[in-house]
Amino acid sequence: MSADPLTRPDTARRRPAWHVATVAELAPETPTAARLVLDVPTWPGNDAGAHLDVRLTAPDGYQATRSYSIASSGETSRVVLAVDEVPDGEVSPFLVRELRPGDQLELHGPLGAFFVWQPSRDDRPVQLIAGGSGVVPLYAMAASHAAAADPAPFRLLYSVRTPRHVFFADELAALVGPAFDLDLAYTREAPDGRQGDIGRITKDTLAARTIPAARRPQVFVCGPTGFVEAVASWLRALGHAAADIRTERFGGT
Amino acid sequence: MTHLDGNVLAGALADIFSVDLTPASARCTGCGAVAQLAEAMVYTNAPGIVARCATCDHVLATVVDAGDRLWLSLTGLSGIELRRA
Repeated sequence: MSADPLTRPDTARRRPAWHVATVAELAPETPTAARLVLDVPTWPGNDAGAHLDVRLTAPDGYQATRSYSIASSGETSRVVLAVDEVPDGEVSPFLVRELRPGDQLELHGPLGAFFVWQPSRDDRPVQLIAGGSGVVPLYAMAASHAAAADPAPFRLLYSVRTPRHVFFADELAALVGPAFDLDLAYTREAPDGRQGDIGRITKDTLAARTIPAARRPQVFVCGPTGFVEAVASWLRALGHAAADIRTERFGGT
Repeated sequence: MTHLDGNVLAGALADIFSVDLTPASARCTGCGAVAQLAEAMVYTNAPGIVARCATCDHVLATVVDAGDRLWLSLTGLSGIELRRA
């Protein structure tokens, strides 16, 4: 009799732990968000789509912890986050406005084996659907898919306020090719010539602009809670099986 | 602040369990629905973290972290299924 471990060896190697990160680079990502490049010498690497918890400790000992999706993946000690500032938030305004290169942060991760994509599991098509900063883990999946030269067809439908609010705009554009299709759906303001397309995603948008249920895509949806719940219910109404839809909500502060 | 989902439990539970429970399936003791823990509705704006069934709103689990002590309740979950990869 043998007992299989409940985790695969690579997952075991990536057991969550607390790490000390040093801010290597900081840059504006959108008018309200910043990209943080962190050096984490003890980081074990992470799957595309995983998240981590950031813990801040005030001088009086008060602690606040928030979860952030990781934009990078694979075996690397460089961890990339893109954090959208939540007005009146407790953690994100500090990360976006106050942090400086050389500052240190406490991280717990990598976390989450549910909302992750791994190359070469099968060749089923993958439909990614993002609302706002919910694109971060989906960008990690698309970049990992490209880096692995994985043959599964990928599509990203990305609901975003204006062209200036697109996270990883240049990187996403560079990924477009035979195995990756990028479809931006603007809710407030579109580039010149596309003004007729402005609006929130609806069930009809999903029917017209995502991989149909008949092709049995694996679907990943990430965004604000209301967005995710509306999209997931429309996907089910369009014939996608609940088990084929993976969701991640954020609301945080 | 509205609810989040069970993905956000991964960090709190990693301090307690040796495997990630968020992709594990479990039965709600309120309505019998079976779902992955990542799909639960999670409220973090309480003194602790409260996970509720997405089908019937029954409380599945609570985690309260007070620094030097931690309270865990899994009273709303039964038949937790972990997959060997």
